[in-house]
Amino acid sequence: MAIQQSKDQLLRAYRQMKTIREFEERLHKEIMTGEIAGFTHLYSGQEAVAVGVCEHLDEKDLIVSTHRGHGHCIAKGCDVKAMMAEIFGRATGLGKGKGGSMHIADFDKGMLGANGIVGAGGPLAVGAALSAKLDGEGRVAVSFGGDGSVNQGAVLEAMNMAVVINAPAIFVIENNGYSEHTGADYAVGSKDIAARSEAFGMKTIKADGCDYFAVYDAMAELLDHARAGKGPCTAEFMTTRFFGHFEGDPQKYRAKDEVKRHRQEMDCLKNFRESVASTGALKAADMDVIDEEVLQLIDEAVLEARAAPAPAPEEITTDVYISYQ
Amino acid sequence: MTVMTYRDALNQVMHQEMERDPSVFVCGEDVSGGAGGTSGEREASGGIFGVTGGLLPKFGEDRVIDTPISENTIVGLAVGASLAGKRGIAEIMFADFLGLALDQTMNQAAKFRYMSGGKAKCPVVIRVPYGAGMNMAAQHSQTMYQIITSVPGLKVVLPSNPADAKGLLTTAIRDDDPVVFFEHKAMYGRKGDVPDGEYLVPFGQAALINEGDDATIIAMGRMVTFAEKALAGLKDDGVNCDLIDLRTTSPLDEDTILDSVEKTGRVVVVDECPPRCSVASDIAGFIASHGFSSLKAPVQQVTAPHSPVPFSKDLERAYVPGPMHIDAAVRKVVSYK
Repeated sequence: MAIQQSKDQLLRAYRQMKTIREFEERLHKEIMTGEIAGFTHLYSGQEAVAVGVCEHLDEKDLIVSTHRGHGHCIAKGCDVKAMMAEIFGRATGLGKGKGGSMHIADFDKGMLGANGIVGAGGPLAVGAALSAKLDGEGRVAVSFGGDGSVNQGAVLEAMNMAVVINAPAIFVIENNGYSEHTGADYAVGSKDIAARSEAFGMKTIKADGCDYFAVYDAMAELLDHARAGKGPCTAEFMTTRFFGHFEGDPQKYRAKDEVKRHRQEMDCLKNFRESVASTGALKAADMDVIDEEVLQLIDEAVLEARAAPAPAPEEITTDVYISYQ
Repeated sequence: MTVMTYRDALNQVMHQEMERDPSVFVCGEDVSGGAGGTSGEREASGGIFGVTGGLLPKFGEDRVIDTPISENTIVGLAVGASLAGKRGIAEIMFADFLGLALDQTMNQAAKFRYMSGGKAKCPVVIRVPYGAGMNMAAQHSQTMYQIITSVPGLKVVLPSNPADAKGLLTTAIRDDDPVVFFEHKAMYGRKGDVPDGEYLVPFGQAALINEGDDATIIAMGRMVTFAEKALAGLKDDGVNCDLIDLRTTSPLDEDTILDSVEKTGRVVVVDECPPRCSVASDIAGFIASHGFSSLKAPVQQVTAPHSPVPFSKDLERAYVPGPMHIDAAVRKVVSYK
């Protein structure tokens, strides 16, 4: 039995997912122009996970993200224009252009950072959850990670540590089928991520990550558990990514029609629209309006980022705590 | 002033700071010990070197956390909690094990404020017993501070006596940035006068322990005590030296170094690390770049040899730089024409 959500809640969730989608689709185009430097890992296809999780959280709850972090940032409330500026490496970026795509963070929003190291977020999230536990206000910390991260010792250590210290940490594993250029069916030895977390003694739910409602309902159950002090838990969400590991990845490891097929069959936005249409919860016209507004926002974000100044050279050595001759 | 050991000075600071600030917590392997044991004795260890003793009974299990053997996550626990408003003190049982925790130390703690454009605060202290001299062999005896000193975003502290142990650890816990705090294992039992009450020693201010015009000895951690031993014999032969205890290798007190080099022109740097990319070579390079015109002799570097730390007592004794090596190096620089 699905949880009932109000019209406003549904519209908001749709807007969040659509914002992530258009942010990423636009980046895909902008990167081709050569104006954006470095590595960018796009989140298109996985939007239902970030939004289905973060719609339950408020600013006091904490999340730790991954290299594929734009979706988590938007879902947790980071300013879209400041994010775009950061990815463009501008002084107006969330990290003054010093972090870039893989290190977008907004501590005021409880977003403790995307992360360039696969699996590093696990221990950090347990620490954030410890802080929440010590405060005793029912806050939680969510560690986002992919199927690749569960093969990192750090995540396995963190899962055990979370159980040992009874931290309100939730490990959200987004299984998009690929660890970089290698299939999860190969790299996850047992092929069963949920069973791994269960083996640590954690409550675990596995659900369809392309279905916003499935994610939302699973998280509701896990959050009740964690907020009540009953210990850490894990969700494994089955999903897909519509782009490569990074932009420029030729994706030779994927069957020729796989992405096309997944865009047809596993598109969480399409699923959402079909679902709310079938129940009559939302009108297509309401969502069409959101689509227009989102495109407008992303347009503005790109234009403003492009026009924004580069960071001053003096910024190289600020916020390092120590200067040398 | 109270006479106490280096260990007790550190222990006192953690008691004082945990009492003063409820956001301070301690985590690590066996920091209390006893959890899950069959004796029922809850504080069965108090830290393998006894530095965290008495904390559990006073502050409870929420703030004195016995962890599994998971170094990367021990540091990550402290870092993550510190990003979320706490002040974590993580104990890594031996400095050598920093190798297991390097990601959380070097890639995470060190870089958060920078990568977030100044927004993040990461007030974490990573306490690490280090050093050779106790026959603990190659994987339990290393210095490691040279590696950590090279990382932008980490502060590196090496107290050489009980008073500094107290003053520097207090500063470290109150600092809003990540600090890696190196405690020499062979010094835990060393006694000295320690100021009563609240006592802070600022980072980046070296101590001029002895003054003399003939040569400058620069040392840190346990090497300071060996340099002090060497001073007496040199003085008997009319050789008087400045002895600089760096206290922190990052930040580095460049002014105190250059002032002394300008005065003496003859320098010996003493460092427990192997020679390549050591603190000694770093400081020798710094002096060559910034104090060249003052130099009257090549800078001498007294370091361990380029080898793992050997186990055998005889070999280890020969491995660790000692007062005799320092004495010889000073005589070499003062006699250089």
